[in-house]
Amino acid sequence: MQSFAGYFDHAATSPLRASAREAMLSLGPLANPASTHRAGQRASALLEDARERIAHCTGAHPTEVVFTSGGTESINLALKGQWMQTPATRFVAAAIEHHATLDALEWLEKRGAAVGFVPCDASSVTDADAFRAAISAGDNTAATVSLANNETGVLQPIEAISNAAREAGATLHVDAVAALGHVPVDFAAIGASFLSIAAHKVGGPVGVGALLVARSASVTPLAHGGGQQRGLRSGTGDVAAAVGFAAALEEAVAELDAASSQLRGWSDRLRGTLAGLDGVRVTGSAEISMPNVVHFTVEGASAEALTFLLDERDLATSNGSACTAGVVQESHVVTAMGANGAPLRLSMGWTTTDDDVERLIAVLPETIARARRSR
Amino acid sequence: MSGGVDSAVAAARAVDAGHEVVGVHLALSRMPGTLRTGARGCCTIEDSMDARRVSTALDIPYYVWDFSERFQADVIDDFLSEYAEGRTPNPCLRCNEKIKFEALLDRAMDLGFDKVVTGHYARVENGADGIELHRASDEAKDQSYVLGVLNEQQLEHCWFPLADTPSKELVRQEAEQRGFALARKPDSHDICFIPDGDTRGYLNDKLGEAPGDIVDQSGESIGSHEGAHGYTVGQRRGLHIGTPAPDGKPRFVLEIRPKVREVVVGPKESLQVTLVAGTRMSWAGRKPAQIDEGMDVQVQIRAHAEPVDAFAQLVDGELVIRPEHPLVGVATGQSAVVYAGTRVLGQVTMDRTERLEPEAVAV
Repeated sequence: MQSFAGYFDHAATSPLRASAREAMLSLGPLANPASTHRAGQRASALLEDARERIAHCTGAHPTEVVFTSGGTESINLALKGQWMQTPATRFVAAAIEHHATLDALEWLEKRGAAVGFVPCDASSVTDADAFRAAISAGDNTAATVSLANNETGVLQPIEAISNAAREAGATLHVDAVAALGHVPVDFAAIGASFLSIAAHKVGGPVGVGALLVARSASVTPLAHGGGQQRGLRSGTGDVAAAVGFAAALEEAVAELDAASSQLRGWSDRLRGTLAGLDGVRVTGSAEISMPNVVHFTVEGASAEALTFLLDERDLATSNGSACTAGVVQESHVVTAMGANGAPLRLSMGWTTTDDDVERLIAVLPETIARARRSR
Repeated sequence: MSGGVDSAVAAARAVDAGHEVVGVHLALSRMPGTLRTGARGCCTIEDSMDARRVSTALDIPYYVWDFSERFQADVIDDFLSEYAEGRTPNPCLRCNEKIKFEALLDRAMDLGFDKVVTGHYARVENGADGIELHRASDEAKDQSYVLGVLNEQQLEHCWFPLADTPSKELVRQEAEQRGFALARKPDSHDICFIPDGDTRGYLNDKLGEAPGDIVDQSGESIGSHEGAHGYTVGQRRGLHIGTPAPDGKPRFVLEIRPKVREVVVGPKESLQVTLVAGTRMSWAGRKPAQIDEGMDVQVQIRAHAEPVDAFAQLVDGELVIRPEHPLVGVATGQSAVVYAGTRVLGQVTMDRTERLEPEAVAV
């Protein structure tokens, strides 16, 4: 296997876990899970078994799990699907949502949907009071917020927003793509109508995710066809992907407590190192952040120089999202936080070792200084 | 790595030579979401992807670095302000000077690299007089004119591996042999930030239409125009002057006076320039020792113009160049690049010209 030493970009994609790979490879030949013969029944059993295991890991009922191609499709289905169901839908979103949400809402806004954005504080925590006020400001409200921000790893006031939505009779979609596998995700406890997750953020295969759809909630499907998955997402079920997803998620959830304390220890070490550097500001305290992400901004340096110098030392980090052409885009999250400087995200996961963290800590101060000297 | 054939082969040759090479694609536009059509456009998704695929084939790391702010300030804004002043700038030359061999080179040096390698057709060598820039072996592809603006420090840190390739076709063949999918991609033309090629439309859009008079050499109005910046010295077509000249001969743009919104036209003879001069100059290596007392050189006034024998002298901070035969179609704002044989001595942005006295014009 290719070495993943020095990989600090688990929040982008967490490499495929051995458990997921083995589970998928062991399946053998598969028929169409919708076929009525016994070969089809075997495929269907594997698919439904995976659905149950994923439901079990996320506090959902298996009926509520709709497999999709990933987080982006899940979010699009939840948001556009509601608008197609009820064109009068009024959307309220956190300003720091992932582009899957922001761009879907922008698309809806161009088609006449009312869309409002709620600001965050300097730590990228969305303003719960403002969110409540926005939800209550009208009818047919569809609220959407992340469980944890995908760039900064900072947890969002999900309980307050969920309560506000329930009181106002609004629907709530929770983007749990970044949070899955790193903090407990309990669909029933959150009380949301929809919740999006993706397999590759927990070491499952890329190309599969799920939208959890509460039985009380309804959306119009984006893809029409064979009527699979309650008609919400037509298309032949991808058995192998679902099985890989289930295996990775089960492993992530089973080791969540142990992994969290280890990740927390590493995060604290990184935070400690960064706290001692002038002009470096860590986003959000440890208490309000997921254990696997440390996000910070560096004044007087370019993000391109920072990531290049680290990559040169076999340390893979992220400076935000890049467009198709590969140009690093200015982060709307950093802008919303009112922060200055180049952002850098260090995200850890199942491949991370003490050696990775020590090696990163050893070069961070010098790398930041060097990036600052680079024009 | 622009995503074109030349930089791909240049990178490959740098790798073959045993160097540690990193591919960098320059993002020069904040709106790169366009697809290429024919030979036009830059900073497209396709170009970035083509460069990425070549880097993969060469097994070198690849990054996209955003210089769009610098490009806007140093190339596009300069392009617009030069046109607004009635001059005709060369943005490719400015991009080499300020972006590729300044912004990129500076960052590369700071990040620990030794040289910037590009697919330009020109030759850098160490001569008796230090670092020298020369024309490429393939004179048809020679790009020494647009590199004439590089100074000694910049030349010390560039490398043009295509310098000695006898023809572009051989570069394409090499790209094919190396399995690069872009081997037959068309050359890029035009100004990259004006992808539709409509420079006049772009200038009207950015500078606003400023209608004014077309006047003859005596100052008499003989027509009108929608914006003086749409014209270039030497231009004949598109003047739309109703009344013919007294002698019935075609008229050409002689001068652009954007402040008073006048375009001056006259006979071809009046385009003949006997002296060009400017103060914004650079030396491609050491400053030539004889330039103060004056020396025989060749001068080239456009990217694809023929070099002309001339006498150049530095007089009170102004480089004055007197061509042996009159030059036609000199546009101020362009660079006059001064050569000694194949060697580029330096360049000056032309601010001032002198023309043949009218009575001296043979009728």
